[in-house]
Amino acid sequence: MTDTRAPESEATPPPERSPLMDRATGIGTSVARSLLLPTLAVVTALIIGAFIIAFSDIEILRLLFDDPGAAFGQMVAEVSAAYRALFRGSVGSVNALSESLFAATPLILAGLGVALGFRAGLFNIGAQGQMLMGGLAATYVGIYVSLPGIVHIPLTLLAGLAGGMIWGGLAGLLKARTGAHEVITTIMGNFIAVFFMQWILTTPGLQDPGRNNPVSAELAETARLPRLFGADYRVTIGLLIAIAFVFVVHWLLYRSSIGFEFRAVGSNPSAGRYAGMNVAVVVTLAMALAGGLAGMAGANQVMGLEPYKASPALAGAVGFDAITVALLGRSNPIGVLWASLLFGALAAGGREMQGAAQVPIDLVVVLQALIVIFVAAPGMIRTIYRVKGPDEKPTQLTTGWGS
Amino acid sequence: MTVMDKVDTTTPEVVLRTSAEERRATIIGVVLMALAAVVMGIFAFGVPPDASSTFNMSLPTDSIQGVAWTFNSRIFSAVAGVLIFALGADRLRRRNLKRTNLALGIGLLLFVLALLAWAAADSSFSLVGMLRSTVISSIVITLGALTGLTCERAGVINIGIEGQLLTGAFVAVILSSAFGTWAGVAGAMLVGALLGALLAWLAIRFSVDQIIAGVVINILAVGLTSFLASRVLAEAQDLNAPARVTSIRIPLLADIPVIGPMFFDHTFFVYVTFILVVALHIGFFRTRWGLRARAVGEHPKAADTLGIDVLKVRYRNVIGAGLIAGFGGAFLALAQISRFEENMTGGIGFIGLAAMIFGRWLPFGALAAGLVFGFSGALAQKVGILGTGIPSEFMLMLPYVATVIVVAGLVGHARAPAADGQPYIKQ
Repeated sequence: MTDTRAPESEATPPPERSPLMDRATGIGTSVARSLLLPTLAVVTALIIGAFIIAFSDIEILRLLFDDPGAAFGQMVAEVSAAYRALFRGSVGSVNALSESLFAATPLILAGLGVALGFRAGLFNIGAQGQMLMGGLAATYVGIYVSLPGIVHIPLTLLAGLAGGMIWGGLAGLLKARTGAHEVITTIMGNFIAVFFMQWILTTPGLQDPGRNNPVSAELAETARLPRLFGADYRVTIGLLIAIAFVFVVHWLLYRSSIGFEFRAVGSNPSAGRYAGMNVAVVVTLAMALAGGLAGMAGANQVMGLEPYKASPALAGAVGFDAITVALLGRSNPIGVLWASLLFGALAAGGREMQGAAQVPIDLVVVLQALIVIFVAAPGMIRTIYRVKGPDEKPTQLTTGWGS
Repeated sequence: MTVMDKVDTTTPEVVLRTSAEERRATIIGVVLMALAAVVMGIFAFGVPPDASSTFNMSLPTDSIQGVAWTFNSRIFSAVAGVLIFALGADRLRRRNLKRTNLALGIGLLLFVLALLAWAAADSSFSLVGMLRSTVISSIVITLGALTGLTCERAGVINIGIEGQLLTGAFVAVILSSAFGTWAGVAGAMLVGALLGALLAWLAIRFSVDQIIAGVVINILAVGLTSFLASRVLAEAQDLNAPARVTSIRIPLLADIPVIGPMFFDHTFFVYVTFILVVALHIGFFRTRWGLRARAVGEHPKAADTLGIDVLKVRYRNVIGAGLIAGFGGAFLALAQISRFEENMTGGIGFIGLAAMIFGRWLPFGALAAGLVFGFSGALAQKVGILGTGIPSEFMLMLPYVATVIVVAGLVGHARAPAADGQPYIKQ
């Protein structure tokens, strides 16, 4: 134990900073080492997923009693077909890569929102609702404003940012003013946002003429995100915008004074208060920015995706995947980028798996949850694979009802 | 404690608290006045002067028939409006600060009655039917709240209730379809306990942040049940057809008007829930187990010093609470909806958590809060049927909005167990 730790503490002189900073940012550990645990987590999740696929096919389970050998053979065949499709659909071709990047784009933005909340000690489960509100605001600007694309696209994105900021900021304000825990208010916000969308998208002026379900009219051509690699591949310049925001959020968190306040309040609100920070403002602003990032993810879903219309289902599962992305990325913007690429690939591959191997795409959600469990409880992976490492101190990212 | 309460610790606390309560009284006074304006403007003067509303007090199946209450809609709402206005004005005078919650409660009740009178103008409305469905929709919420408080009294936050309910519902439907109701209930409770064990294991053995562990359990539950539903239930439809659980009419008590159909003509799930509330109350406040659990939740170190095995108590409570959540899932799937649908819980586990906070971590509080939330759900459902011109989406929002209002502390602050959510590491 001491042998492995000693050189590290020499390499990073300030001893009070090293353990926490190492685990939070990955700085100070070698690349191979910081990748070992996540890789093992993904592999373990895939192994468990294989068992779930194998033991959930009724036909095979019936066969198991009559002819175990044949049943076992079929299980192996089914699992390998599923995972081959997963691989093919995520990285197997240029189009698959484009689909993976396309699926990763909103995940990056929404994941950054959740991660930024974590850094300020806030658990934002409301990315889903914030995406809807952002998407709604973007839809208004995308339909009703007519401008050349070079101005219209940024303006529509900004509308998404504003819509999400309002919805997220509301939860932050409630937390700051009344102490209402953001986990409950943001979840309720998700449901309220869905019902609100179901209503407002049927009002005249917003609803697609001739439809009777809640779907908006289509956005003006000038508000649509152009595709990056020609019409054949769906990935848009939204990807570049999302990656740019990775660096913006990184700068905001680690280089700006408001980011310092976010992190200070996040790790110890009392200390922040005694240092003269206005905790109420910090909490509200952090939730608003977190919501704004998710709101831009929502804007991306109407601006970058055919048929360029808003619906109550525009967020898909992105708002919830954003939570797993932020957890897997350890709330670090760069980590969020890698995690989004991984989960984007899983989502694209999952569609191929559902289409080609008839294994429901919901398996991807199970895999994501398992990966996050293993990453959040590194002790589990260490025990399974007997990997040595520094002692884990409990991380307390969130606060309970009492504080 | 809230962020705002702590802003200036140099000011004497007494002064700060009074001013905060005064501010609350003012806010609630304004809210009540606004409600009075809505009642007067829309509910009273939005109906013809001679319209009358009828509230039915008996169900078609009752033994005593024809109990009904008919009155003039406008006069009823006008009186309610004046009363709400008076309550609001009284709050603005800032006397009797302690009665603010009572005033808000009465004001909201009058508002709802006026809303019903308005919605039922020139027609009739089954008040007893609504109260009955209030009780039915309160059951899952109450069970969720009981799950939460059993964990949190021992210092473990359980955000995974939603996932436990959903998984319980899924298992209940399959086992009930295949082997009968009791197998379904038992299986649901078992799988609820299993997820509880996973939460406890992650939180206690691996010190994973408890809220994160709970959220991940929810995601896992959604993924797993949706995956298995489209893989198993879609193939074998007969596994998604549980036998209906029949109501048990309690003799004599069920014949009492209003109270009878509300409380004494239900499936066994409802009676078990009521018994559980009493049992947990006695358990937590009258037995050695309860004292130990509460000690662990308030001050684990002191409990440890006295020889209580903190981690064992936590494991036991979280796993035991899982049984309750599984039972709630079984009720949802077997008695309330009678089949499994993807994501059928729709946030009700989180509403249960809010009910736990609203009920101040007390079993009877959980029941009362469950009834309040159940009422908002039943109101949304029944007023939606009456067709009032209010878009149905806004009625459907009601339980969720009510939850936000409750946790935002419009109804006062509650104190969580002191060690709630904090991992305990034995020195």
